[in-house]
Amino acid sequence: MSRIRKDYEKSRRARFLSFVRGDDPVVTPDRTEEWKRKVEERAESDRLENASYLELPDIDLQARERERINTKGVRVFRRIYYVLALVMCFLIAGMLILNIAYMPEFGSATAPTDNEVAERYLEKGGEETGVVNAVTGMILQYRAFDTFGETNVLFIGACTVIILLLHREGENAANRRRKKEAEEAGDTAESDRVTFSPEYDRRGDIILQKIASLVVPMIFLFGLYILLNGHLSPGGGFSGGAVLGAGLILYNQAFGFRRTERFFDEKIYDVLKVGSLCLYAMIIGYYLFTGANGIASIVPLGRLGDILSSGLILPINLLVGVEVACTMYAFYALFRKGSF
Amino acid sequence: MMEWLRFIVGGLCILTGVVTACIALYGLFKFRFALNRMQAAAMTDTLSILLVLLGLIILRGFSFDALKLLLIILFFWFASPVSSHLLAGLEVEISDRLKDNCEVESEDRKGGAHAD
Repeated sequence: MSRIRKDYEKSRRARFLSFVRGDDPVVTPDRTEEWKRKVEERAESDRLENASYLELPDIDLQARERERINTKGVRVFRRIYYVLALVMCFLIAGMLILNIAYMPEFGSATAPTDNEVAERYLEKGGEETGVVNAVTGMILQYRAFDTFGETNVLFIGACTVIILLLHREGENAANRRRKKEAEEAGDTAESDRVTFSPEYDRRGDIILQKIASLVVPMIFLFGLYILLNGHLSPGGGFSGGAVLGAGLILYNQAFGFRRTERFFDEKIYDVLKVGSLCLYAMIIGYYLFTGANGIASIVPLGRLGDILSSGLILPINLLVGVEVACTMYAFYALFRKGSF
Repeated sequence: MMEWLRFIVGGLCILTGVVTACIALYGLFKFRFALNRMQAAAMTDTLSILLVLLGLIILRGFSFDALKLLLIILFFWFASPVSSHLLAGLEVEISDRLKDNCEVESEDRKGGAHAD
C-alpha cells in the first residue's frame, strides 16, 4: 500500500479530482479582507510620505512674523540699515578709486611690478622662503593672503552646497515615524534599514572593486607625494588635494557610501575641514603679525631642497590639500546622495 | 654601436605606438556603433601608450624616471580596461538598439555586469 500524504486534500490533484467528481468545493481561505487592508496601508504610507513634503509652516506663526516685521521700531531700523549700507558701499568704493590715483601708470617702465617684483621673486625667492619651486614660494609666502582667500572660497563653496543640498537620510516625517516605531519595538535592524536607503549603495562591479582596491592606495600615496613635494617640485596643496579627492571618489564609486563612512563620515569631514582652515588662518595670522612688525620668524627655513625645509610652507600645503580633498568629496557626495 | 641599437629599438617602439594610435583614431571616427568605437578608443589607452612609454624607457635607460614611466604604464593598464568595461556595461544597459548592432546571447543576460 502506498504512503498516504497527510495534506492530500489540499493538493492540486485532489482538488481537481473533487471538482471533477462534483464534491463540495474545497474551502480556500478568504483573503480579500487581508488584501484590502494591505492596499489601505500602502495608500496610508504613501500619503504620509508625500505629506512630509507638503508640511506647511504654522499659519499663526506666519501672521505673527508679519506683525513683528511691521512694528514701527523694526521699520525705522530697517530704513537706517539701508541708508548706512549704501553709505558704507560708496565710502569703500570711493577709497578704492582714490587709491588708483596713487598707482603707477599701466605699462610704465618705472612701475615696481614690471621690474622689482619679478626680479625679487626669482633672485631672492629661494633664500627668503627656502623653496625650490618658485611658484609655491610666491603663492604661499609673498601672496599668502591671496591664497588664504582662495581656500576660504573653497570652504564657502562647500558650505553653500551643503545648505542647498544636504538631506539627511531618514529625516523626513514618514521615515522618522517609522524609525521611532521600529525602535519602540526594539528592532534595531529595522531602524537601521530605515535610516539607510540601499539605492545609493548597490553592490558595485566586482572588477571595479578589485582594481580599486589596488589602485586607490596608489592614488592616495601619489596625492601625499604631491603634497609633501609642493615646495620642491611642481605640485602643492591644490593639485595634491585634487588627487586625494579623486581617490576618495573612486573608492566611494567602487565600495559605496557605507564602507566609505567607516573612515570618512560627516563628523570626520567637519573636523578636517574646519580644523585645517582654522590652522591655516592661525599660520597666516602669524605671518602677518611677524611681517608687519618686522619680527624675524622663529620657524627655521632649513637647507634648500630638503623635504623638511622652507618653514611653514609644508604644513600650509598639507592643510590646503586636506581642504581641497574634502571639498571635492563633499561636492560629489552631496550631488549624488544629498549627504555624506 | 650599442647606443645606436638602443636608439633604433626605442624609436621603432615609439613609431609603432604612434601608428597604433593613428589607426585607433581612424577607427574611432569610422565605426558607428558605440561598443566598436569604444574598442578602438581603448586601444590608444593600452597598446599605444605601452609602446610609446616603452620606447621612452629604452631611450632613457635604467633610471628613476624609467621606473616612474613603468608605474604610469601599470596604472593605465589597470585603469583603462576597467573604465571601458564600466562604460560598456552602461551602454549595454541603456542601449535600445543593441540587437541591431551585435549578437545578444539571451534576454536575461542583457544586464551583464549590473545584474544585481
